[in-house]
Amino acid sequence: MSLDSHSSDPMNPGLVERKFKVIGSRVARPDGVDKVTGRARFGADASAPGQLVGLVLRSPHAHAQIVKIDTKAAEKLPGVKAVITSVDLPDYTNGDRSMLDILENCMARKKALYDGHAVAAVAAIDAATARKALALINVTYKILPHVTDVDEALKHTAPIIHDHIFTEGTPQKSEMPSNQNKHASYGHGDVEQGLKEADVVISRSFKTEQTHQGYIEPHSCLASVSPDGAAEMWVCTQGHFVYRNQCAILLGLDANKLRVTSSEIGGGFGGKTHIWAEPLALALSRKANRPVKLTMSREEVFRCTGPTSSTSIDVKLGVKKDGTITAAFAELRYHGGAFPSTWAELGAQTAFACYDLKNVQTISKDVVVNRPKTAAYRAPSAPMAAFAVENAMDEAAKAIGMDPLDFRIKNAAKEGTKSSYGPVYGPIGIGPTLMAAKNHPHMKAPLGKNQGRGVACGFWFNFGGQTCVDVNITPDGNVTIAQGTIDVGGSRASIAMAVAEELGVTYDHVRSTIADTSSLGHNDMTDGSRGTFSTSMAAIFATRNAITVLRNRAAKTWEINVDDVEWKDGSAHPIGKGHGNLAPLSLKDLAAGAGNTGGPIAGHAEITADNAGVSFGTHIADVETDPETGRSLIKRYTVIQDAGKAMHPSYVEGQYQGGAVQGIGWALNEEYVYGKDGRLQNAAFLDYRIPVCSDLPFIDTQILEIPNPNHPYGVRGVGETSIVPPLAAVSIAVTNSTGVRQTHIPMSPPRVLKSIQDAKAK
Amino acid sequence: MRYEVPVTAKEAASLLMKEKGKAFVLAGGTDLLVKMKAGVVAPDLIVDIKAIKGIKEIKKTATGFTIGAAVPCAALDENAALVKAWPGVVEAANLIGSKQVQGRCTMAGNLCNASPAADSVPALIAAGAKVVITSSKGSRKLAVEDVPAGVGRNNLKKGEFITAIELPKRAPKSGDAYLRFIPRTEMDIAVVSCAVNLTIDGKGIITKARVSLGAVAITALLVKEAAKAIIGTKLDDATKAKLADICSAACKPIDDKRGTVEFRTTVAGVLARRAAETAYTRAGGK
Repeated sequence: MSLDSHSSDPMNPGLVERKFKVIGSRVARPDGVDKVTGRARFGADASAPGQLVGLVLRSPHAHAQIVKIDTKAAEKLPGVKAVITSVDLPDYTNGDRSMLDILENCMARKKALYDGHAVAAVAAIDAATARKALALINVTYKILPHVTDVDEALKHTAPIIHDHIFTEGTPQKSEMPSNQNKHASYGHGDVEQGLKEADVVISRSFKTEQTHQGYIEPHSCLASVSPDGAAEMWVCTQGHFVYRNQCAILLGLDANKLRVTSSEIGGGFGGKTHIWAEPLALALSRKANRPVKLTMSREEVFRCTGPTSSTSIDVKLGVKKDGTITAAFAELRYHGGAFPSTWAELGAQTAFACYDLKNVQTISKDVVVNRPKTAAYRAPSAPMAAFAVENAMDEAAKAIGMDPLDFRIKNAAKEGTKSSYGPVYGPIGIGPTLMAAKNHPHMKAPLGKNQGRGVACGFWFNFGGQTCVDVNITPDGNVTIAQGTIDVGGSRASIAMAVAEELGVTYDHVRSTIADTSSLGHNDMTDGSRGTFSTSMAAIFATRNAITVLRNRAAKTWEINVDDVEWKDGSAHPIGKGHGNLAPLSLKDLAAGAGNTGGPIAGHAEITADNAGVSFGTHIADVETDPETGRSLIKRYTVIQDAGKAMHPSYVEGQYQGGAVQGIGWALNEEYVYGKDGRLQNAAFLDYRIPVCSDLPFIDTQILEIPNPNHPYGVRGVGETSIVPPLAAVSIAVTNSTGVRQTHIPMSPPRVLKSIQDAKAK
Repeated sequence: MRYEVPVTAKEAASLLMKEKGKAFVLAGGTDLLVKMKAGVVAPDLIVDIKAIKGIKEIKKTATGFTIGAAVPCAALDENAALVKAWPGVVEAANLIGSKQVQGRCTMAGNLCNASPAADSVPALIAAGAKVVITSSKGSRKLAVEDVPAGVGRNNLKKGEFITAIELPKRAPKSGDAYLRFIPRTEMDIAVVSCAVNLTIDGKGIITKARVSLGAVAITALLVKEAAKAIIGTKLDDATKAKLADICSAACKPIDDKRGTVEFRTTVAGVLARRAAETAYTRAGGK
């Protein structure tokens, strides 16, 4: 078998050829029964003897100087065991501004920077007492002018949020503090020249509003700091090692003194990659000398965790009548909330990644505003860039009378293409997903009245990172795995499948659990679609190490050379002349005899998984829009994406469907609404509208397998790309259903109706 | 906080009258409990009215229907005679919240909660429904449109509560319909809504009508001009356009997170036209 073999046509890289026994099957998920019967323990299910209730006091102002915080009355209230402010979280960051930003976001220091910014916290014997205590804390604010819009924040008249931020990356060194924390540029060729060569130039501006990941489980943690300085924390997170490391720094603890155990996770999608209230719970516990449980309300989740950037994007495309793109340009302005970020830069890198372009340039402007700190949301920054670019592509194709799908196929990136963000592509799936879309029955299905169809593609980098895995053989010959990456999308099943595949045993003999931070080396968090990619790679290597141990044990048992022992189908077999009469030793046999052959049998692997393998997808959306109300409903939806190798196809399909649905919600109705006072108006699921089941058709999926040459089984990350095309695909569909180009996401009914009315008035 | 479960309406009224602190009536609790959890209200007394005799019953009477104040909305849908007579009222009540909420919530609660976006209220107004209000002194009746006093405020006096909603007897060849605009398909709150109730004669000419709009003013509106515009017509296209214009003109909405003035005003007309078409068809008009 050769994983990197592919045909000479770079648009059609070779598909996975290896015959797997376990990989590719649809085994039962190990956490399924517990989750549907309510046994699974989520963040708020942890409890400890004597625990207190922690609650946070939050700023009602978008931007305000904190003049004074008087906590005396709250401290005197019977039942209150600790009250903390920023004074209780001294700066241990040793000049690391990014860590200080994290600390300042967890608890405001001199200024409240957004509506919902924490200013104090209490721990009390019950929730009612804690609520009373919050009401007794008297904060004196001096209200400052605020800015919540990304374009407004860039104007000279805008209030400057941080005196210490100067624009990084500009050709000339900035001399004045600015709300733009970073400037960056990507691309190659000569865009000006390319525009001159064009027959048609498309120029459009686009806006997208801020959205939240909308995970159903609110953030929750239980922290317990002992008087001897050792601490434990149970928390819902996408990365307990990262939480451990960051909390240890912020609390001034050695990392080995803080043991973090992760819970099951009720959704994260990037929003649980950052610490928010965890340092507060630890500081409260340290001060109260009791365990403290701190669980956010839904309102807190909306107001003060990490939603996406809202964006403002300009795109310019030059095209020839034959469909050649001569120039592609975009300027992308994204906000990171109240703290410096690089979200616009990620948008700039992903914007034109699907295309093979001679002249391309993207400019990114990262901006701070008085909104909560932006966090990752599934392929962060890419959906908005794809929305703008794909609409421009659609418009360009129509302008030259070419089918938009054929236009994309003509210009698609392929193996050997220098990407718009720099690297040269290996075997990639953009061409195949576009071809699969062209041949999909969905594209030929007739459309009804007021219906439109949109096609769009999308890209995500994928990530590898630091990972370690332990594989342990139990005395009865079964297998346990300790993994350190949080299972957000089914990795426990996939990792167990990989180990079963390597060992040559069936899946039901292998079970994986998430180890706590004191039981494994550091693991990066589950982000960048790295969980299954990197953990399966480490697990395969760990299993191969365990197989070496198993072969040695068999050699010892048989008193032959280890080179004469082969591992096959779950057993050790003697090879070579003279050993033919020895019966194979199964995993069970070797496990049973382990005490006499050298002790417990295990395998370990520690890796930095590089070359995750970029990911592409193409989506087809059919939308019906009521021309009298502007309300759009999704009638049919198809996701086509490259998985490298789908280890567990049901989970892969679930990722495709889940990303598409989140993107559909973003495209149609999800939106943070800020008032003129800078306060969030809709911090609840009633007025922050994620799709409900009846809003959606069954999401069709098609898995393509273009192997990643850098993974033993050809796996690529699959978790994020599926949210990249929907904003574009749905908006192009609405453009086609209404006849009016949609340039502002979400396409809520008032916005779409107004666009129809404005077009009629022209 | 005290929790009382009286078995007579008089006893309930007396408890509400005597309470010096904040007293609240509990039927389904789908508004009250949510407000308590959110810390918006902190009752001193809760009077659960569900144990009062007859308050969970739907009765067909000589003058129409009497619906007990504690009848959950889902139960309305199970009463075939009520669905046949007042499909618009029943469909409105069963748009509130989710299936689970509909198993608890009541039309009387929906009315007393006094949200301008309450789904059942425009339908009840269009139907010409009245409420029976009980106090320790006796009872009185009030038209549904006179119950709300503003956003979150109603015209019930201290010690009073609603024990029943009365729907009038149905004339032959009548129909009603309720439509609301929401961005999604369910589990949402009306951005604008409209109910139309009408009766036609043998020739298909509308003889009686009532039109009500929701979520476009501080209370649901009874739009008499709109009714006048369709009475005497067969709901032809010109009439429908006129109906839409009158309903749009009657709106006094606000810009908020759910919609703009412009959007609500336009869509009120669209919904009025569509609700009238459905009501007309249900009445047997062609």
